[in-house]
Amino acid sequence: MRNHRTLVPAIVIALYVLVALCAPLIAPFDPNHADLAARLSGPFATTHGHFHLLGTDGLGRDVLSRIIYGSRVSLAVAAATVLVSGAFGVTLGVVAGWRRGWLAAVIMRLADIALSVPFFLLAILVVAVLGPSLVNVVICLSLVRWPRYTRIAYANVLETRERGFVRGAVAVGAPGRWIVLRHILPEVAPLAVVVGTLELGLMVVFEASLSFIGLGVQPPTASWGSMLSDGQQYVASAWWLATFPGLALFGLVLTVNLLGDAVRDRLDPRRRVPRRVRRRRPGLGEPAAEPITTALEADHA
Amino acid sequence: MNDMLLDVRDLRVSFGPGKDAVTGLTLRARRGETVALVGESGCGKTLSALALAGLQPREAAVSGSAELGGVQLLGRTERQLRRIRGNLVSMVFQDASTALNPLMTVGAQIEEVMAIHGTHDRRARRKRSVELLAAVGVPDAANRARSHPHQLSGGMRQRVMIAIALAGSPDLVIADEPTTALDVTVQAQVLALLRESTRDAAVLFITHDMGVVAEIADQVVVMYAGTVVESGPIAEVLERPHHPYTAALLASVPDPDVPQAGELPTIPGRVPPLGERDAGCPFRDRCPKSQDRCRERPPLGPVAGGESAVACWYPEHGEGSSRTVEEATR
Ligand SMILES: Nc1ncnc2c1ncn2[C@@H]1O[C@H](COP(=O)(O)OP(=O)(O)OP(=O)(O)O)[C@@H](O)[C@H]1O
Ligand code: SF4
Ligand SMILES: [Mg+2]
Repeated sequence: MRNHRTLVPAIVIALYVLVALCAPLIAPFDPNHADLAARLSGPFATTHGHFHLLGTDGLGRDVLSRIIYGSRVSLAVAAATVLVSGAFGVTLGVVAGWRRGWLAAVIMRLADIALSVPFFLLAILVVAVLGPSLVNVVICLSLVRWPRYTRIAYANVLETRERGFVRGAVAVGAPGRWIVLRHILPEVAPLAVVVGTLELGLMVVFEASLSFIGLGVQPPTASWGSMLSDGQQYVASAWWLATFPGLALFGLVLTVNLLGDAVRDRLDPRRRVPRRVRRRRPGLGEPAAEPITTALEADHA
Repeated sequence: MNDMLLDVRDLRVSFGPGKDAVTGLTLRARRGETVALVGESGCGKTLSALALAGLQPREAAVSGSAELGGVQLLGRTERQLRRIRGNLVSMVFQDASTALNPLMTVGAQIEEVMAIHGTHDRRARRKRSVELLAAVGVPDAANRARSHPHQLSGGMRQRVMIAIALAGSPDLVIADEPTTALDVTVQAQVLALLRESTRDAAVLFITHDMGVVAEIADQVVVMYAGTVVESGPIAEVLERPHHPYTAALLASVPDPDVPQAGELPTIPGRVPPLGERDAGCPFRDRCPKSQDRCRERPPLGPVAGGESAVACWYPEHGEGSSRTVEEATR
């Protein structure tokens, strides 16, 4: 059965989500409660009658509780980014593919530009202008991630619009908006979902990176990235500070990517999409469509 | 003659100077009549049909006149065309396996046409889509309406296409080689059904199969290199072709009653491609009867003692046709 390739990662991710949602119920301690007397206790330490499974940090805060609360930040930022950049990117790609002409040229050039912006430079800029906050992290990540969706949606729409049923819909008098919503989007959506899943793992890492360099969540809020950053100065003396959030991050990214791969294989565009896409020549003034498979592979790399 | 439902006059489609793909298509049809548009590949049949529905490629310029029940079809804006398509004029394409959306049930695709053209009552749409499926001979229509295209056979899919074309109760149904992709027995069924179900409309039936023409048409229009070379009532054209090209086409049809000995006759030569058409008779290079005068384009005019019209300086008359067949195919 190929089924459990999807099912197992999906269950693991569901557990992560459950932990994030139920953080107050699961976390043994207040994640921001500092107890300087208990600082830097190792895993399995009991101080003042409190059992710290994964130890405490430099301020004596419970590492397990902070990891549990930190999952909220990681998941929320990653999910919000995927939703925002996905919705934005797919919309632009569909518009470009449906309207073609100068509008498509403009949109696809913008996508090229957005993809070539150095990400951390942009992050520093956004934070400098808007200040550090989770919303700004989402904005910042979305600004650079939307072209992934746009390119794939664009290529797919160019191909789908030439298919018989779209011509058929035109021939029965369907308005453009109708055709896009009823006939084009259902073709694009599964691809967008695949890209979104692969992006989800990447966005967890990106959020952690931003928090790591201090552009993401602000203290005392816990995020895996900020925990890694804090733990870095104790790597030699208190290994558990960076190790456990790192493992949580690693586990989530790994399962999300496994899920992404499984979903992609299930909806393999090579099987789903007629070959015509590779034969189509873009018209004058239109940027070349990136073949879906290469786009997905590049994305995956 | 104002009982004509469809009246196309001098339809022209051009891709630019020297690239005139259709140079004057004239045809008429009454309600309930089927006009067959025949001719070799590349002679402009599909292009003419698309032009009637405003579906020609963007780079094509269309001129002439095409009235359907007094409504001019040509030169419409996209917005006006949307109200015409599916509602007054609908199309049945050749390949039903790609013309249906694989992700939607066939019932939903029939209902879609009604939804686009203003039937807002969902129940009414559903009821009518099942009726239409039944009318085009889909057994167990109520259940079949919930099938996806891949669950149906080729013949069933083409029936669904016809149901879609009929959903808006159009006055003109254009069928572009609707049965070429089907095997022979299914083809005959679908043809019969198309005839049955279009009693209230005019049908423009495109094919290059003279056998199919004999089966379905009331009128025939023979095109060659973008222009009409002969048109007239089916019986007359099939029995007494006046144009050497028509005669040659007919001679290339195998007679099912006569076992074929040796090779089928074919027409030697080829249709002059778009850029190479001149002011003379386009059939000149392949015509056994061509003479000096044929360097001038013969007009489409009535034949003596018949209802047909022919564009040839030296048309065949009546019994002479069999000789022409031999000559044309020698
Ligand atoms: N977009 C285009 N640009 C230039 N020429 C075109 C274009 N589309 C069609 N043509 C030309 O118009 C002519 C008519 O083509 P059309 O498809 O109408 O032929 P047809 O009679 O339907 O042939 P078939 O039997 O093969 O379907 C052809 O010579 C073709 O090369
Ligand atoms: S006009 Fe001349 S060339 Fe043309 S079909 Fe008639 S005889 Fe032949
Ligand atoms: Mg054709």
